[in-house]
Amino acid sequence: MLQLGSLPDRLAKARFETDSTSHITVNQGAAKAAKAGPLLVRICPAGVYSLQDDGSIGVLHAACLECGTCLAVAPPGVLEWHYPAGGMGVAFRQG
Amino acid sequence: MDFDVIVVGAGIAGCVTAYRLAKAGHSVVVVERGAEVGAKNLSGGVLYCRVMDKVFPGFADQAPVERRITRNYLGFLNPDSLVGIDYHDDRLGKPVNAVSVLRAKLDPWLAEQAEAAGAVVMPGFKVDSLLSEGGKFTGIKAGDDELTAHVVVLADGINSFLARDAGLRTKEPLKHLAVGVKSVIGLPRQTIEDRFGLAGDQGAAYAIVGDCTAGAGGGGFLYTNQESISIGVVVRLDDLVGKGLSSSELHDRFVLHPQIQPLLAGGELLEYGCHLVAEGGKAMVHDLARPGLVVVGDAAGLTLNTGLTVRGMDLAAASGIAAADAIDDALQDGNFGQAAMDGYVARLDQSFAGKDMATYAKAPAFLENPRLFNDYGPLLANVLRGFYNLDGAPREHIIPVFRAALKESGLGITRLARDGLAGVKAL
Repeated sequence: MLQLGSLPDRLAKARFETDSTSHITVNQGAAKAAKAGPLLVRICPAGVYSLQDDGSIGVLHAACLECGTCLAVAPPGVLEWHYPAGGMGVAFRQG
Repeated sequence: MDFDVIVVGAGIAGCVTAYRLAKAGHSVVVVERGAEVGAKNLSGGVLYCRVMDKVFPGFADQAPVERRITRNYLGFLNPDSLVGIDYHDDRLGKPVNAVSVLRAKLDPWLAEQAEAAGAVVMPGFKVDSLLSEGGKFTGIKAGDDELTAHVVVLADGINSFLARDAGLRTKEPLKHLAVGVKSVIGLPRQTIEDRFGLAGDQGAAYAIVGDCTAGAGGGGFLYTNQESISIGVVVRLDDLVGKGLSSSELHDRFVLHPQIQPLLAGGELLEYGCHLVAEGGKAMVHDLARPGLVVVGDAAGLTLNTGLTVRGMDLAAASGIAAADAIDDALQDGNFGQAAMDGYVARLDQSFAGKDMATYAKAPAFLENPRLFNDYGPLLANVLRGFYNLDGAPREHIIPVFRAALKESGLGITRLARDGLAGVKAL
């Protein structure tokens, strides 16, 4: 049977140049008010977002596949998301 | 002016625009945020490639394409059954009509063609904002660097932050967007050809609805490459949000589905990726020109999902041709005002791409019908089961079999007729 592996295992198949600064910023207050955490966690195909014990949303920007789904669905004011700097972020080998 | 034309984004639309303008003798730069051309680009991906022959004669023989699609499979997937139409036609390969592609291979070739024609290609260059002066766009800004040109072409993809900054796009309604999640599964060439009944460089394209998206709007796809299979799901964001679904779980649900998994047996995951897809059809395509600025490809919302075919790359190429021809006219006249840039929109509307967007304008509304993803698959399987499952009971005539299956599905005959008519109208 085909083994897809965990999300981190899958992501390791592409190349990533990790930007020192994150291209994703969550406004934790707005996210909490809008209860946006579970939504971001489940819609992101790369598993960038996680729910932390303190109720905040964790962001693993280095894993981002740069699709923009989170920005499209996030309630207003919850997310600042732009592309990583030139040459940084994911580099697909297949596409 | 640093250049006649700046193209932002080295995908299909950007490269086609740049190639044609460079070939016509204009100075062109293509800036691309990926470290290499193609690094950020991801498609399903079937390219309906007749339009590419207009730009690069003999495209499928020259370009690094994967397989020539001669087999199209349309399927309704249920938890324990799959009902499909399998259309295999050698004529689709003569002349070649559609090819499977992997963008990390195709796009660098396209950029090389543009470079060979005289365009400058600058990878690793992310544009932060547009420059404008007196209501006309005049260039781009990246960090402290500025580049100026008579015309800026936005080919920066579905998220086009630059089109938003220019005031051309606002936040799209969620039903106008879908996310595609795709795996590329490596398999030996011979295994692919044997498993899918293909000879040589023939290829297969599967479009599947139903259980793959757990009833959400969208579907599954499977395309054969030379030595791999591209497989994944595309799910409309309104349903993804509304139904509480996970995009990566839906991908896994389809790829590991008992009806699909045997097609991938022995394979190895080569890559996992995702990309946003425009699903709004013609309603999304608007405000494509401003003084000194045009928008092409995904950034212009040019995608067309008819249920049978999912098209984007061919429309991107068509928009690149229309943009290049209109900009060529503008450069010869020395006029870059709104009327000159609207020449692009007129050319796009007159092209097959513009006409097809108009022809299939009703397709998105038809594909919003939840019965398509939930009810028709089980109905078809139950009717067929009525014929094939010879369980010792005497057979009934097709009409009572169909009536019983229809009753079980909860669909009335009126609703069935209405959906059928809507489908015909949409296509």
